[in-house]
Amino acid sequence: MQRRVIFDNRALPYLLLAPQVAVTLVFFIWPAAQALWQSVHLQDAFGLRSQFVGFENFAAVLSDPNYLQTVETTIVFSVSVTVLSLASALGLAVLADSKIRAAAAYKTLLIWPYALAPAVAAVLWMFIFNPDIGILGRALNDLGYAWDYRLNDGQALTMVILAASWKQVSYNFIFFLAGLQAIPRSVLEAASIDGAGAVRRFWTITFPLLSPTTFFLLVVDVVYAFFETFGTIHALTHGGPGKATETLIFRVYQDGVVNHDLGGSSAQSVILMVIVIALTAIQFRFVERKVHYS
Amino acid sequence: MPTRRKLAVPTAAFALAAGLTGAAHAQQKTVIEFWHGLPQPLGGQLEQVVKGFNDSQDKVQVNPTFKGSYPETMQAAIAAFRAGNAPHVVQMFEVGTATMLSAGPAIKPVHQLMSETGSGFDAAAYIPAVRGYYSSKDGKMMALPFNSSTTITFYNKDAFQKAGLDPNKPPATWPEVADAARKLKAAGVTCPMTFSWPTWTQFEQVGSLHDKPFASEANGFGGLGATLKINDPFFVKHLQTLIDLQKEGALRYGGRDNAADSLFPSGECAMIQASSGLRGRIVKEATFAWGAAPLPYWPDAISSPKNSIIGGAAFWVMTSPKRTADEYKAVAAFFSHLARPEVDAKWHMDTGYVPVTLQGFELAKKEGFYEKNPGAEVPAVQLTRTATTENTMGLRLGNLPEIRNIIQEEMERAFQGQQTAQQALDNAVKRGDTVLRNFERANKN
Repeated sequence: MQRRVIFDNRALPYLLLAPQVAVTLVFFIWPAAQALWQSVHLQDAFGLRSQFVGFENFAAVLSDPNYLQTVETTIVFSVSVTVLSLASALGLAVLADSKIRAAAAYKTLLIWPYALAPAVAAVLWMFIFNPDIGILGRALNDLGYAWDYRLNDGQALTMVILAASWKQVSYNFIFFLAGLQAIPRSVLEAASIDGAGAVRRFWTITFPLLSPTTFFLLVVDVVYAFFETFGTIHALTHGGPGKATETLIFRVYQDGVVNHDLGGSSAQSVILMVIVIALTAIQFRFVERKVHYS
Repeated sequence: MPTRRKLAVPTAAFALAAGLTGAAHAQQKTVIEFWHGLPQPLGGQLEQVVKGFNDSQDKVQVNPTFKGSYPETMQAAIAAFRAGNAPHVVQMFEVGTATMLSAGPAIKPVHQLMSETGSGFDAAAYIPAVRGYYSSKDGKMMALPFNSSTTITFYNKDAFQKAGLDPNKPPATWPEVADAARKLKAAGVTCPMTFSWPTWTQFEQVGSLHDKPFASEANGFGGLGATLKINDPFFVKHLQTLIDLQKEGALRYGGRDNAADSLFPSGECAMIQASSGLRGRIVKEATFAWGAAPLPYWPDAISSPKNSIIGGAAFWVMTSPKRTADEYKAVAAFFSHLARPEVDAKWHMDTGYVPVTLQGFELAKKEGFYEKNPGAEVPAVQLTRTATTENTMGLRLGNLPEIRNIIQEEMERAFQGQQTAQQALDNAVKRGDTVLRNFERANKN
């Protein structure tokens, strides 16, 4: 009752909501509905002929051993990227938060990589690690270590994980830094007076109090690793060698845009959508319980 | 309300302006949108060719637009067609041919365009290996061939000298290539040989040279039911040779598509099997003496090799609900200009692409181009040296870009020792056939 009084016009609240609803409809609901429709149809590249095939596209995707391997690659990739970018960002944030000289300069430098587009970041990595034109890549080969990510699964996967994590460290760093600064100094000082060392203070006070931030970043990073690393992989390895660095989102692009298999690609999008919804639900249901909101 | 009125004025002005320019165009020139996929410097050279046409008459204005790599141009054209907004003309790489042919009403075949608009067009003017690639089953030209290339060998004469090899006698057969690569390695060359476009150079061309089918149904020309044939013992042996050479360090896998191209002009690799279109870049960048030679062959499989097949791209006419007869006429005029032997010969001599017309080839010979540029005739000679058979006409397989990728992936696994040559090619056939069956299913009426 109280709230309705704020708007004297009944249409106004709906009008104010309309842009957001429109954006959601146009950029989320409509494409998602199209994906659902496409996923049960078989269509030629030009969209001239289309027939209903039921769940055939899903059956084809799920029975493809290469798809299952891609799922595995995606899990390894996402877990590594999430853990690596969270851990290094937390470490850097703790260091930058301590009383050191030129802290502001460190902070600025650490935030910088976030401003780079994934493809640009990937090109930078290529100039470092390419075995023919990369500085480090050449040096490794000159030292007798056979470095060639074009023809070595492990090296390729390691490189895209590093490149993708590096890109996300900045984002995590900003949030961790803000989280750290929000922790009341008095609590930490009290612990110091009680004789707790730096490590103990971190694990018993800082880390638990940071958990809302960590949880938020966990969700964001998983979504990042799943969806936003496409540019990095595309620019660095194209999913190769073999299919060693092909993640689910890369394959959606490959099958849909490059190979013109819209049905199969849409079926994969739907599967991907289900996976991410499930992951987020699990995170909220189980991980959030352990989070301390002050 | 005041806000709305303010908005309405510029909208009306814009509509008026748009209407005016539309009317102005209709009175003056017919505008043709032309999308191409050639990066610099080739893209600029292509735009010069277009400019030559625009300057030669005052009825048609062709607007060339660079749309990214060939696959990206293809994707853009398809997306534009689906949105009802296709360009008049699109440059499409050769492996997209089957996809374009199955597009049905989305394209207007060139032979039909030319006869409908009453423009003279002689398909027999084109080199058979080129004509075959872009013709329908009954021999009618579906697209206008323009920039065709083929695969040849480029080799570093300085490195050959250093390794005690005759720089004027490039290896002609695979055993000789292997031998030369080993000698180069022994002489301290870190990368004796490489190849770009792995599927094109090592399977499509190797099949054509030895008259071996890449796929059944005459490489797909016979129908949508084709299956891959590359797990034949001949191809297995060929891939095994490559794997062995790579293990010895006599061969380097340079990556997918044309990633290996840069390894030759930089002096890193002493031999490369690559598109003849690479010539321009080598001329510009190489700081060593180099030569061009035909592709090697297996003497135990064929006594004298057949013609190689083409790569590169052709121009396709796309339809749209908004097209007018005038626009088709304008496209036909543009195509007639491109088909002229002078234009063809100039393009060939400027770029390293092969001449696509027989007269263009003659013209280049007459101008003394090959005396001045030794080795520049190798691609055209290799393309025309024999009459085409059903195995050397080219490929007509749906979703060939995807199949090329599959073969590259399986090769990469084999080069890493994760599977044998036989397993790699069995897998490639299995996965490639799935792609072909899906294409067949999606394109059956």
